[in-house]
Amino acid sequence: MFKISKYIVYDILRSRVLIAYTLFLFVVSFALFYFEADSAKSIVSLLSVMLIIVPLISIIFSTTYFYNSYEFIEMLVAQPLSRNTILLGEFVGVSFSMIAAFMIGIGIPVLMYAATSTGFVLLLSGIVLTLSFVSIAFLASVVMRDKAKGIGLSLMLWFYFAVIYDAIVLAILFSFSDYPLDKAVIGLTALNPIDIARIMVLMKLDISALMGFTGAVYKQFFGSGFGLAYTSAVMLVWIVVPLLFTIKVFKKKNL
Amino acid sequence: MDKIVIEASKYAEQNQQSYSKMIRTENIEKHFGKLHVLKGVNTSFTAGEVVSVIGPNGSGKTTLIKIILGMVVADKGKVFFDGKDVKKDFSYRHHIGYMPQIGHYPENMQIGQLFSMMKDIRKAASHLDEELLNEYKLASMFDKPMRTLSGGTTQKVSAALAFLFNPKVLILDEPTAGLDPLASEILKAKILKAKSDGKLVIITSHIMSEVEEMADKIMYLFEGKINFYKTIAELKNETGEEKLGKAIAKIMIQQAHV
Repeated sequence: MFKISKYIVYDILRSRVLIAYTLFLFVVSFALFYFEADSAKSIVSLLSVMLIIVPLISIIFSTTYFYNSYEFIEMLVAQPLSRNTILLGEFVGVSFSMIAAFMIGIGIPVLMYAATSTGFVLLLSGIVLTLSFVSIAFLASVVMRDKAKGIGLSLMLWFYFAVIYDAIVLAILFSFSDYPLDKAVIGLTALNPIDIARIMVLMKLDISALMGFTGAVYKQFFGSGFGLAYTSAVMLVWIVVPLLFTIKVFKKKNL
Repeated sequence: MDKIVIEASKYAEQNQQSYSKMIRTENIEKHFGKLHVLKGVNTSFTAGEVVSVIGPNGSGKTTLIKIILGMVVADKGKVFFDGKDVKKDFSYRHHIGYMPQIGHYPENMQIGQLFSMMKDIRKAASHLDEELLNEYKLASMFDKPMRTLSGGTTQKVSAALAFLFNPKVLILDEPTAGLDPLASEILKAKILKAKSDGKLVIITSHIMSEVEEMADKIMYLFEGKINFYKTIAELKNETGEEKLGKAIAKIMIQQAHV
C-alpha cells in the first residue's frame, strides 16, 4: 500500500498547483503574523482564511488528481493487488501531500510566531479538515464516472459545507427562535466538518464570550474534556465514513 | 464390474481435464446499463495453447478479458484460475501478464520509472524476462516521459511489461495494432515461444492472417455469446476453405441465413 503512496507522492510533489497552494498559504500566514502584533488576532484571521481555502483546494485537487490518475489505477487493478490496497494507497498518497503542503504553508509560520496550544489546535484542525475533504473528494470521484461531473459534484459539496450550510443553520435558528435550541445547535454543528474545525479553534481563543448565550453553552460543552472527545470523534467520522463508502463503491467499479 | 471401470476412467478423464484447464469461466453475465454485453459465457482455456478470441466490434471480447483479469466485475458467474475461484483472492494475477488494447500509463512517469515501479509492486526480482525490453531497445529511452511516446512505442512498453514477469498466462488485447512490421514480427515470435514453453496465450485480434499464424483455437464471440470455439483445422475442414478468413466469413454468412 505504501509503495503506491510513495509513487503518488513523487508525482504530486511535481505538481504546480500544489506548489502554488503551499506558497499562497505561506505568504498569507506570514503576512497575517507580520502585520498584527497580537498573535491571537492573527490566528482568528488565519482561521477564516483556512476554513475557506483548505477545504476548497483539498476537495478540488483530490478530485482532479483522482481522475488524472485513472490510468494508473487501471494499470494497478490488473496487477496482483487488492482493490482496497490500491484505493488506500491512493488516499494516503494524496492526503500526505496535501498535509505536507499545509504544514509548510501554515505550519511553519504558526510554529514561528504562535507556538501556543491555540496554534497547535489550529494546525490539528487544519489537518483533520484536509483529511475529511480528501475523503469526501474520493467519494465524489468514484461515484461519478465523468470527470467534469465529478469535479462539479465536489465544488457543489464544498459550496454546501462552506456557504449554504450556515444559511440553513441560521434559517433554523431564526424560525425556531421561540424554542430552546442550544442543544440542537450543538448537534447541528456535527453535520459539517468546517463548523467543527471552527469550534475547535474558537474554544481555545476565549472569545466565545462574545457569542452571547449560545457561546456560553458552546464553551460549557465544547470547552470540557467531553466536548474535545466529541469534536475529535465527529471529525474522525467525517474522515472514515466517506472513505468506507468509497471503498465499497470502488470494489464494484468497472475500470 | 466393467461398468465400474468405465465410470472410474471417465472420472479420471474429467479430473485430468479440470487440472489442465488454466482458466475456466462459468455463466458470466454482464450489463453496462441497458446494454447486455455478455450473456452467459461458459468456457475454459488450457495451458500450452494460443487461443484467439475474435468477433465483431462490441461483441464483448475486451469485457470478457477484463472480467478474467478482475478489472470489470461480472453481474453473475464465476471465474476459476487453476481450479480456484478468483473472487476473494487476487494473488492469481501474479501469474498473468496483460497487454491492454490501448495502454494508459501515468503521464509524468518515465519509461524507466514505470519498469522499476512495476518490479517494485510485483516483488518478482527473480526470473525476469527482459527479452522484449532488449529487442525493442527500450532501455535507451528510459528517461522519456510516457506522455511523449507514440502509440507504437507505448504498445512496445505494454508488451515488454506483459512478458516481464514470466507469467503462466498472457492476455494480449489486439497486440499488434499500432506496431510496425518489425516490432510485430518480434512480438509474434515471442508469443510462439511462450506457447512452446507451455504457457497459455489469449489474444484478441481482427487480423485473420495473424490469427492463422499463431492461434491453435478460435473462439468466436457474437453478441455476448460464444458462437463457436474450435481449432483452426476443424474450421477449415468444416467449410472446405483454405484460408481462415474465408472459412470464418463462410460460417458467418451461413449463420446469417439460418
